[in-house]
Amino acid sequence: MSLTNQQTTGDVAAGIRKRVFLHTMRNNGGYLSQACSAAESLAFLYNEALTLGEPTLPKVPLPFGGVPSATNPDAFTGAGYHGPFAPEFDRLIISPAHYALVIYSALIQVGRMDEHALDHFNVDGGSVEMIGAEHSPGMEVTTGSLAQGLSMASGIAWARKRKGEPGKVWVYMSDGEFQEGQTWECLAAMAYHGIDNIRVIVDVNRQQCDGAMSSVLDLGDLATRVASFGVTCRSINGHDLDAMRKAADSAEPDKPLIILANTSPYQGMEFLKKRFPRLHYVRFKSADERREMQTAIAAELGVDEAEIARA
Amino acid sequence: MVDIVNRPYAKAFETFASTRPDILCLSADLTSSCEVDGFRDRHPDQFLSLGMAEQNMLSFAGGLAMQGFRPFLHTFSVFLYRRPYDQLINSIAYSNRKVRLMGFLPGIITPGGITHQAIEDISVMRAIPNMTILECGDATEVETVLEVADSIDGPVYVRVLRGEVPRLFSTPFEFNKLRTLSEGDDVLVVTAGVCTEEALRAAEPLKSRGVGIHHLHVSTLKPFDRDGLIKAARGKKGVVTLENHTINGGLGSLVAEILAEEGLGVKLRRLGLQDTFAHGASKPYLMKKYGLDASALVSAIGQLLGKDLNIDDAELEAVRIDTVHSSHKAEAL
Repeated sequence: MSLTNQQTTGDVAAGIRKRVFLHTMRNNGGYLSQACSAAESLAFLYNEALTLGEPTLPKVPLPFGGVPSATNPDAFTGAGYHGPFAPEFDRLIISPAHYALVIYSALIQVGRMDEHALDHFNVDGGSVEMIGAEHSPGMEVTTGSLAQGLSMASGIAWARKRKGEPGKVWVYMSDGEFQEGQTWECLAAMAYHGIDNIRVIVDVNRQQCDGAMSSVLDLGDLATRVASFGVTCRSINGHDLDAMRKAADSAEPDKPLIILANTSPYQGMEFLKKRFPRLHYVRFKSADERREMQTAIAAELGVDEAEIARA
Repeated sequence: MVDIVNRPYAKAFETFASTRPDILCLSADLTSSCEVDGFRDRHPDQFLSLGMAEQNMLSFAGGLAMQGFRPFLHTFSVFLYRRPYDQLINSIAYSNRKVRLMGFLPGIITPGGITHQAIEDISVMRAIPNMTILECGDATEVETVLEVADSIDGPVYVRVLRGEVPRLFSTPFEFNKLRTLSEGDDVLVVTAGVCTEEALRAAEPLKSRGVGIHHLHVSTLKPFDRDGLIKAARGKKGVVTLENHTINGGLGSLVAEILAEEGLGVKLRRLGLQDTFAHGASKPYLMKKYGLDASALVSAIGQLLGKDLNIDDAELEAVRIDTVHSSHKAEAL
């Protein structure tokens, strides 16, 4: 049963947060903060922005098919959850592979993956890996080392433009990737070659593994820096869906569109603020800490704590 | 005397690519240095300039390959794997994408010094799953490597020769097959790239001393014609490898692995850079200094046979087969 178009985008965002929260509590840790910052962006993409066909992979995720090679016909990519490749359909390239749990939750929430697909998460021999690779649901390229997704997407977009395909190439990426030089190489190349069929949403949560970006390597005025490369750059509140719709609709001819979605790493789970700036991967030091967080966030999200025990 | 062909790649690439619209020529600011400037000017629709930004170029090429284009990347060998190694792995090799990495000025044939000399490229590339490695040894191989590279289901790295290139072979590049250049009973000599021409200089002087040389030229380094090597190595008094590369991880290493795995128990001398960086100077100077030339080969063979072959440099000079080369300056960048 597909739930697509039966939910508002706000509902999808709430569902993503809830699923990631339940999974994190059941598994004693997870990439929880990424759900807080990314929920609206991913909900917007999957529920409104993307033009996708029906999934071509089974709703229950397949086991890992082996690494790609000339002699392995069983290798597959997780792009099948975005439907078939066809000129009219969009593509979505996920660059921050650490958001995998959030991506999987989004795919489940919009009915592209089975309700219980997260039971396969981080299970040996499975494809639903903790840090997604190209075989993981929703992933099409291998981007765990970060900052390569945008370049690969640009190559895809250039090729699709050359072939006159109307479908767009969307990229979801994180602000930490703007610390890598490759991202800036790519912005220059996209602008120079006028790649205007690409739409990029950046989760600007100003968080990274070591903590707040301001304490690691601050990016300063990211919007000005990005815009100075000759691309169209819109800086918005990443939790404001109307702002996102407007930004997504504001592409200019011959220019790629970069949307900086300024987000909060604890949006919807204010309790996480107590842990700031240690938010990259949430784990618990004690049973008390776990209980306290569970009760507080369950209340914020309107989750019945009994539901957490289901697994 | 051997024929010298001027810029064989330029013509070969244009002939090859201009009739295949799915081929794209990518360049990173070394377009004329890689002899594709004419192609750029005459076929601009198949040419993509990505500037001095190799990390982006490799990932971008991965994306192009995902859409059915077959990108041929043109730059110096060294810039295809050192800076963008992570991109090579994650955007190209892991996914087995049909990206063709055309590496110019491999090894120490450039006066550009450490920054321009790809002396460990084969070693690095050999360690990458899904990767195919080809190396051109003459003009014929430069002219015929493109179709071979393009037939491979997966990424391919090619060591290309540019400028004035001798024509040593009359038959085209054959994938994964060793070329037998001479047959003899005493010593097996295995060479690749520009070192094959060097080894050929030693052929006559060795013959005149009664030394039987079995000479194999390698143009496919990965995969490797294992059976051809074993057959030739069996019963020999020794094996010498000569490569335009460090002796660690390249041709010498792979021959050593096969000899050991087969338990042939034959002595091996690996000639090439002896675990050292080189520096900027002319090709003949560097090949002499680092022992990659005919003279080094002759003395290694003498050591293996336990005798002084009494072949001096003057004799080797006299048989030089590239009279054009010897009067030539080091290749300009």
